[in-house]
Amino acid sequence: MSSVMAAKVKAKRVAQLIARGKRLDGRGLNDYREIQIESGLIERAEGSARVRLGKTEVLVGVKIEMGEPFTDTPNEGVLTVNAELVPLASPTFEAGPPDENSIELARVVDRGIRESKTIPTDDLVIEPGKKVFVVFVDVYVLNHDGNLIDASALAALAALLNTKMFNYEVKEGEVKIKPGYKPLPLRDYPIAVTFAKINDQLIVDPWLEEEQAMDARLTMAIEKDGKICAMQKGGYGTFTTQQIIEASKIAQQKATELRALVVKE
Amino acid sequence: MSQKKPEKLIDENDIRYDGRKLNEMRPIKIEVGVLGNADGSAYIEQGKNRILAAVYGPREIHPKHQALPDRAALRCRYHMAPFSVQERKSPAPSRRELEISKVMREALEPSVFTEYYPRTAIDLFVEVLQADGGTRCAGITVASLALADAGIPMRDLVSACAAGKAEGRLVLDLNDLEDKSSDGADMPVAYMPNLNAITLLQMDGMLTNEEFEQVLNMGVEGCKQISQLQRDALRAKYVAAKEAAGEKEEEPEEADE
Repeated sequence: MSSVMAAKVKAKRVAQLIARGKRLDGRGLNDYREIQIESGLIERAEGSARVRLGKTEVLVGVKIEMGEPFTDTPNEGVLTVNAELVPLASPTFEAGPPDENSIELARVVDRGIRESKTIPTDDLVIEPGKKVFVVFVDVYVLNHDGNLIDASALAALAALLNTKMFNYEVKEGEVKIKPGYKPLPLRDYPIAVTFAKINDQLIVDPWLEEEQAMDARLTMAIEKDGKICAMQKGGYGTFTTQQIIEASKIAQQKATELRALVVKE
Repeated sequence: MSQKKPEKLIDENDIRYDGRKLNEMRPIKIEVGVLGNADGSAYIEQGKNRILAAVYGPREIHPKHQALPDRAALRCRYHMAPFSVQERKSPAPSRRELEISKVMREALEPSVFTEYYPRTAIDLFVEVLQADGGTRCAGITVASLALADAGIPMRDLVSACAAGKAEGRLVLDLNDLEDKSSDGADMPVAYMPNLNAITLLQMDGMLTNEEFEQVLNMGVEGCKQISQLQRDALRAKYVAAKEAAGEKEEEPEEADE
């Protein structure tokens, strides 16, 4: 139960350290916290993974169901990303309909997957304009210690890599599910890299106390060939163009490191 | 992922389709103190059930009008993850989840000395990550441990277990398929073993008087078994904490300047 004053003192301490190139938890400015990835914990889900990023903990479950395509994309399956800031994850989370933080989290994760065309939506059509597969990616935050975006995007990718698609055949307009599963083929492996700006200095993977001290936040989603497929700036502060270019270079390097932890090729 | 439905749930040798005897519980794994932010937390695996519980509090209550002048308000939220069941569940709380939240609160409140913390809230969150029947019982079992882990004074641990009937046979700890079987019944029981007090009792299905008595006894016996596992899990946390404290004598904190 930290008071407003205590939070200010902590923020000042975080900023002072960063000015000297140090961080409260001893990391370098461009270091991630320790990452642990476990796949396939939820048998009920078609795919699942849990990521621990330091003390931040996110579980993602993927469900695949049949549904209708959007009218403007009759020849494509549907991707839906949803995020729940479950109240057991933090004293500041409350039960209830999604607030702006969980909506932003879901949409940033969604954008990385969607814009990199990771999901082969054209392969998920059963009957054009009528019946397609819907891929639900549900992000479940279990412990909030900062940088939910990167942890969630990583868990989403790990869960999609672990996702099994059922075999089916279409007979006279009826879909018959056949026994057995095959992996959901993915076309890309997007990785989100998030920066915080504190004292005019960029750091990667801010943890909670750094998030509380940051002026602004910047996330970049990087495709496997190094292209940037999504970006999101958050917070009240600003960035210079140099800072953003610097960030994109670091992001590409970090994305390669993180990708190697999930994608075993 | 879909599961294959066996032709018979119980074979001629009284063995259930998952290999259990009629009065045998599913394998249970319990861990205490699993979440960093919560004041108390616990995790349970009971068969394919996977459930997390966390406690925040006693803490200031919002909205204020919910404050009780003579005791803490125990507030409980039972919730299922969208990917916890066969068909994706909408994350909005269903009527079923609201009802379970209520009976869960009423099952746990008798165990808590709420009168020690007037005008505060004790918030209890139970998240079902994967469901396979009997989640309210496993939820109560794990929630009671989370309350204990939060250091909240309690009269006893609450243990919960379901007993019932599947294909006409009396069984302990029904899983989802058994719960939905023909000629079945499901009776969740929550129990404080040291006080010999039942704090939750529900039933659906059809039981004769005689069967009811047997099922109730089975349920209570199941609770007693679970109670022992709860105590072991709680003890394991403190043993681990003690060992960790013994190992690291110095503070790793970096000296300032």
